[in-house]
Amino acid sequence: MNGQTPISIRNLSVFYGDLQVLKDVSLDIPANRITVIIGPSGCGKTTLLKSLNRLLDDTEGVRIRGQVVLDGEDIYAPRTEVTRIRKKMGLLSQRPQVLPMSIYENVAYGPRIHGLRARRDLDRRVEHYLQVAGLWDEVKDRLREPASVLSVGQQQRLCLARGLAVEPEIILGDEPTSALDPQSSQNVERRLAELKRDYTVVVVTHILRQARRVADYLAFLYLGELVEHGPAADVFAAPRDPRTRAYLTGEIS
Amino acid sequence: MNGPADLRLGRRKRADLFFRVLAAASAALVLLSLLLILGTILWKSIPALSFSMLTKTPQGGFYLGKEGGILNAIAGSLYLAVGATALAFLLSLPLALYLNLYKGKGSKTAAWTRFFLDVLWGVPSIVYGAFGFIIMLALGLRASLLAGILTVALLEFPILCRAIDEVMRLVPRELKEASDSLGATRFETAFKVFVRQTAPGILTGVLLAFGRGIGDAASVLFTAGFTDRVPTSLADPAATLPLAIFFQLGTPFPEVQQRAYASAAVLTLIILLISLAGRAMSRKATRHVVK
Amino acid sequence: MRLLKDALARRAMGLVAALPALLVLLIVAGLFLKSKAILAVEPLSKLLFSSAWHPLKGEFGLLPFITGTVWVTVTALVLAVPVSILAAIYLSEYAPRWVREGAKPVVDLLAGLPSVVYGVWGVILVVPFVGNVLAPLAGVHSSGYSILAGGIVLAIMTFPTIIHVTLEVFASVPQALRDASLSLGATRWETTRHVVLRKGAQGILAASVLGFSRAFGETMAVLMVVGNVPAVPRSLFDAGYPLPALIANNYGEMMSVPSYDAALMTAALVLTLIVLFFNVLARRILVRVERRVR
Repeated sequence: MNGQTPISIRNLSVFYGDLQVLKDVSLDIPANRITVIIGPSGCGKTTLLKSLNRLLDDTEGVRIRGQVVLDGEDIYAPRTEVTRIRKKMGLLSQRPQVLPMSIYENVAYGPRIHGLRARRDLDRRVEHYLQVAGLWDEVKDRLREPASVLSVGQQQRLCLARGLAVEPEIILGDEPTSALDPQSSQNVERRLAELKRDYTVVVVTHILRQARRVADYLAFLYLGELVEHGPAADVFAAPRDPRTRAYLTGEIS
Repeated sequence: MNGPADLRLGRRKRADLFFRVLAAASAALVLLSLLLILGTILWKSIPALSFSMLTKTPQGGFYLGKEGGILNAIAGSLYLAVGATALAFLLSLPLALYLNLYKGKGSKTAAWTRFFLDVLWGVPSIVYGAFGFIIMLALGLRASLLAGILTVALLEFPILCRAIDEVMRLVPRELKEASDSLGATRFETAFKVFVRQTAPGILTGVLLAFGRGIGDAASVLFTAGFTDRVPTSLADPAATLPLAIFFQLGTPFPEVQQRAYASAAVLTLIILLISLAGRAMSRKATRHVVK
Repeated sequence: MRLLKDALARRAMGLVAALPALLVLLIVAGLFLKSKAILAVEPLSKLLFSSAWHPLKGEFGLLPFITGTVWVTVTALVLAVPVSILAAIYLSEYAPRWVREGAKPVVDLLAGLPSVVYGVWGVILVVPFVGNVLAPLAGVHSSGYSILAGGIVLAIMTFPTIIHVTLEVFASVPQALRDASLSLGATRWETTRHVVLRKGAQGILAASVLGFSRAFGETMAVLMVVGNVPAVPRSLFDAGYPLPALIANNYGEMMSVPSYDAALMTAALVLTLIVLFFNVLARRILVRVERRVR
């Protein structure tokens, strides 16, 4: 580790009405690593991820206690500008969510909103991030076509390019390969592995093998509680908590 | 953060706020228009509202401002709406059952039937009035309670049928299959499972159709006739509240016009009651229905 | 026995299923048969595009009534569409849940109020408002019984139709798509404008067309406030005479004048065909939208 922690979660609790979904979670996320959050479905993984870029605020009946510190700034402080927080993070959702516009416009959407207007700058940025996402060669001749004509795997890489185009520091992935075929999944995983040189990556998954393949740092959530976390190799080799062990061996899922 | 970005962010946030306020104001306008309508009607009706208005039929010179009430119209409207709703129900229930039990999800027949129901739903009530009038002449009927009932039933049919259809579509497939696999014929499935399961929703639909029927004027204008007496048989002409309101408002006498306001208030209250009952029903519906 | 009952029920229900299509056919055919008497002697173009309405002389130009209907309906939509869509945006994108839930009965009730009640309200409030406030502001003289008064009343009557359908369209836009836009740092409004409205564009169009066909055939409320002068209107403050009002007002006397009956039926037929056309159009669009969402 290089000692930097771009995101630091401190005593975070999240309630949906009376139901406590996250229980006092504290976690430092290391820079330029892939942090994988594992755990059975319905244990709060997605909630934890969404709390990082404040997408939970919009959900009805959600209460949040605790802090998430991003670059030394508490994102839940009243004065924090939410659009600025979100711009620092790119989100990949479970199913690719392409915007109802052309391939080009999907990538240009974010930069344009944030004030990039000049045609040449936009063109350059779109091309660059489509290349980073490994999609450029497949779409360069049909940038004006609606994004919905792409295959699901291509759509997910388009979403990746779109997220990167606002030049975030962090990439959040919410089971980003769950809707994809094995080949597309592999493609996305490989992109993420390349991206960690420049970005901090946080990925939620319930696929253990995927976690083994990509994780540098591992966090195990169980029933809203952060049971164990540490360098992936250590946790996989020698889990300290019996529940982690049970999950890793497939006794609970 | 650097200056231009902050400036830009400020502008974007102001745009967001502007449209938020504009949208909220529009929603408030819609809400206010309802309050304004209810408020105006009730306020204006106060001077003419009285108990005898509800219990008396028009006496001599009623439309010149003399004694009497609108019992004829209240009774006429109730008879008419009850009859029409019953008739529409007899047509709607089997059709809705047919659409949901005998026809699968992808059925072409069902899709077309629903399409035509939607088309019927969009036919203006004045056209139903004209059509009812044609039918009436063809059958050799005079303007009467019966002719009115027939016309309003046609008007209510698509509304009621679509309402029942919507609730029945929400019944889970498994429930239907479970009943089928127990050896029940579809006919039994229909009545035992579907109707019981959707009863509160059906009732809400019935109330909705009833409200539509009792409030409609254009369809009964030529078909139900108008009279100062409470109808005693299906062949009698029948007065209706909407038409009573319309005719009273059309006179040049302020006293009579005030009665029109009062009559409108009575009709509005009936509609309010029906709609409240409907809401209570649908709340119950969501509580008892197996999801 | 049980099987027999089942077979019978199936047969009977099959018959009922044909009813909606049959009714549509019957209505159109019935009106057509009744209007044949005048269609046989007068060319259709003359009926539709002549503004000479002199029933006693046997002249039945429907143009004033068709233009009257179009004026009132368009006025209503110009007022109703923006307000309804913005209200739906507020309810769907901005409002807290209790406001959204609380607004539903209001919209339902607005849809359930009888048109004659709208008419009474229009006479009490809207007509004087147009005559005494808006007309002087515009520098014209008007009794208040006008296209504008009809348009205002009709606009409020079409709110529920448009809002209801638009809300359904917005609800069909997945939350994850909004999240995708928001997580790029877009504001609520940017997300609404670029994503929700764009995704729902066709549905909103259908909602407006449906509102149009609803407004086009509305009778009593408009009839009571629009003035009913059989001339082509020249301004919003002029009185108009829409098709439905023509039919409603003249039914009593039509038996005494020959071919008057047929002229009114032609009016009803024209009205029906126009409404059906727009209605079918809106339904087609909605079916397409629904299919695409699934």
